[in-house]
Amino acid sequence: MIAFVVRRVWQSVFVLLLMSLLVFVGIYAIGNPVDLLISPEATQAERIATAASFGLDKPMWEQYFLFLRNALAGDLGRSFAYSTPALLLILQRMPATLELAFAATLISIVVGVPLGLWAGLRRNGFVGKAIMGFSVLGFSLPTFWVGLMLIMLFSVYLGWLPSSGRGQTALLLGVPVSFLTLDGLKHLLLPAFNLALFNIALVIRLTHSGTQEAMLQDYVKFARAKGLSNARVIGVHVLKNILIPIVTVIALQFGALIAFAIVTESIFAWPGMGKLIIDSIRVLDRPVVVAYLLMTTTLFIVLNLVVDILYSLLDPRVRLSDAKG
Amino acid sequence: MTTLQQPIGTMAEETPFRRFARAYLASKVAVAGLVLLVIVLFAALVGPLVTPQNPYDLKVLDVMDSRLPPGNKSGDGKLTFVLGSDEQGRDMVSAIVYGIRTSVLVGVASTVVALTIGLTLGLWAAYKGGKTEGFIMRLVDIQLSFPPVLIALILLALTGPGLGKIIVALIAVQWAHSARITRSIALVERRKEYIEAATGLGLSTPRIIFKHLLPNCLTPLMAVAALQVASAITLEATLSFLGLGLPATSPSLGLLIANGSQYLMSGKYWISVFPGVALLVVIVAINLVADQLRDVLNPRLQTQ
Repeated sequence: MIAFVVRRVWQSVFVLLLMSLLVFVGIYAIGNPVDLLISPEATQAERIATAASFGLDKPMWEQYFLFLRNALAGDLGRSFAYSTPALLLILQRMPATLELAFAATLISIVVGVPLGLWAGLRRNGFVGKAIMGFSVLGFSLPTFWVGLMLIMLFSVYLGWLPSSGRGQTALLLGVPVSFLTLDGLKHLLLPAFNLALFNIALVIRLTHSGTQEAMLQDYVKFARAKGLSNARVIGVHVLKNILIPIVTVIALQFGALIAFAIVTESIFAWPGMGKLIIDSIRVLDRPVVVAYLLMTTTLFIVLNLVVDILYSLLDPRVRLSDAKG
Repeated sequence: MTTLQQPIGTMAEETPFRRFARAYLASKVAVAGLVLLVIVLFAALVGPLVTPQNPYDLKVLDVMDSRLPPGNKSGDGKLTFVLGSDEQGRDMVSAIVYGIRTSVLVGVASTVVALTIGLTLGLWAAYKGGKTEGFIMRLVDIQLSFPPVLIALILLALTGPGLGKIIVALIAVQWAHSARITRSIALVERRKEYIEAATGLGLSTPRIIFKHLLPNCLTPLMAVAALQVASAITLEATLSFLGLGLPATSPSLGLLIANGSQYLMSGKYWISVFPGVALLVVIVAINLVADQLRDVLNPRLQTQ
C-alpha cells in the first residue's frame, strides 16, 4: 500500500513538473519574455529593470528554477488588466465556478435519476425510448450551442430567466454565493442546467442499465415476496443499490465540470475562473493565463491522486495490477 | 469464417462487402444517417462551386446587406438570402457550406493523424508488453485524466489561434484515446493462433505488428475513428466559438455562431441558429453512421 502511494505521489510530482515546464517554455522561452511579462506601455528603463529582476540574462535552466521557486511561493506575477496578483484574482473567482459546478452536479442527479429509473422500468414504452433518445442527444449536442438556444428560449422569447451574471449574491462564511437569494437562483438555473446537460445524459444511462440489472436480482424478488409495495421496492431497495456507482461516477466528473465551465461561463457571462481565463487570453493578460494553467493542472493532478489512492483502498486489484505494470 | 454452400441459382454471390452492406442497411435510422453524411460530404467537397457567393471574399460583400432576415433579397437584387445574412452581409447558406468544409477538414485531418499515432503506440504496447507497455499506457492514463477541452485550451493559449495549430491541439487530445482502444483490441488479437504462427515462422517484429496484427485490429477501429471525427468537430467549433480556435476571419461554424450570439438578444436568431443546426446535422449524421458501423463490424461490443 505504501509503495503504491509513494509511486503515485512521485508520478504526480513528475507530471506537475512536466506541466510547469510546458507552460514555462510556452510563455517564457518563445518570443521576448519581457513583452509578455510587463505591459506594452512600459518605458525602456522599466524593461531593462524587469529583465534583470526576472534574471533573463541567466541560463535557461536557472530561469526555470527561478520561475518554479516564485510559483511555489505563490508569486505568479501581476495581472495587467486588474493590476492585482494573478493568483489572488483566480482565487477570488473560484467560488463562482465551484457554485456552478455543484449546482450542475445536483441538477444532473435530481433530473437524471428519475428519468433513468423510468426508462429502465419501462424500456419498451414510448416515454422510455424518448428518454434514452434524449440521453444520446445530451452526449452529442454541442454544449455551447445548447446554451445559446436556452438563452434564446428562456431569456429572449419567454423572458422567464436572466441570461447573464450571478444576480444578487448573499454572503456565506464570507464568500458571496448566488443560491441563497431568489434573484441569484434565477441567474444560476440556466448556466447550471447547461453545464449539467452531459452529466444528465450520463446519469440517465447509468441509472437505466443499473435498474435493468437490479430488477433481476434476488433481493428484489425477496422484497416483492415479502409483500412490499412497488414504490417501496423501487424507491428504497433498488435505488439504494444503484446509487453507489452513480454517485462515484458523478463525483469523478466534478473535475471535468470545472474544466467545461469555461464554455458555460463564457456564454452566460458567469464571473468565474473560466470566464476569467478566456477574457485573459483575449487581452493577452499572460500572468493570469499562466496562473490559471498551473492552478487547474495542479488541481487535476491532486484530484487524480486522491481518486487513485481511494480506489486502491476500496479495490486492492488496482494496486496489484499497478505493481505488475 | 466458414463459407456456406450456396444453392445453385441464387441471386448474387455472397461477398464480405455484400454481407456488410446488407447488415448496415437493415437499420432505417442508420440509412438516414448515411444519406445525411453523404450530403454533408458532398457539400464540403463541391461547396465553392455551388454556393451563391464566396462569403469570405470581402469584395463581393456589401455592408448594406448586413443582418437581413431569411428570404430577403440583396441590395443589388442579384441574390436571395435564403437563410438571411450576417453582420458583414454574408449569405448564411454560403457561409455555412464553407464552415462545414473547415469542420470536415479539421475533423478528418486530426483524426487520421491521431489514429495513426495511437494505432502505432497501441499495437507496439500490446505486442511488446512489459516495461514498454507500462510506460506507454501510463502516459495514456495521465493524458486521459485531463478533460480534452482543458488540454486543447492549454495548447491554444500557448500557441494562439490558427488552422494548423488547432489540428495539432486536436491530435494531442485524441491520440491517447486511440492508443488505449487499439491496445485493448490488439491484446485479444495477439493471443490468437495466426500471431503464434507468424512468430513461429521467425518473422520480424515490425512485420508481425504491421502486416499481421494491424489489419486485424483495423476493422473494429473504424467506428471509433468515426466517433472521434465527430468529437473533433464539436471541439473545434467550441474552441472557435470561444475565440481560441480559428482566426476571426476564417470560415468556421463556431465563429459564425459566436458572431451571431451578439444579435441573439435583439431577436436576430438566424445568424446563430442556422450554423448551429448545420453543426448538429454533421455531428448527428456521423454519430448515427458510427453507431451502426460499431454494431455491424464489432458484434462483440453490441451486448455491452
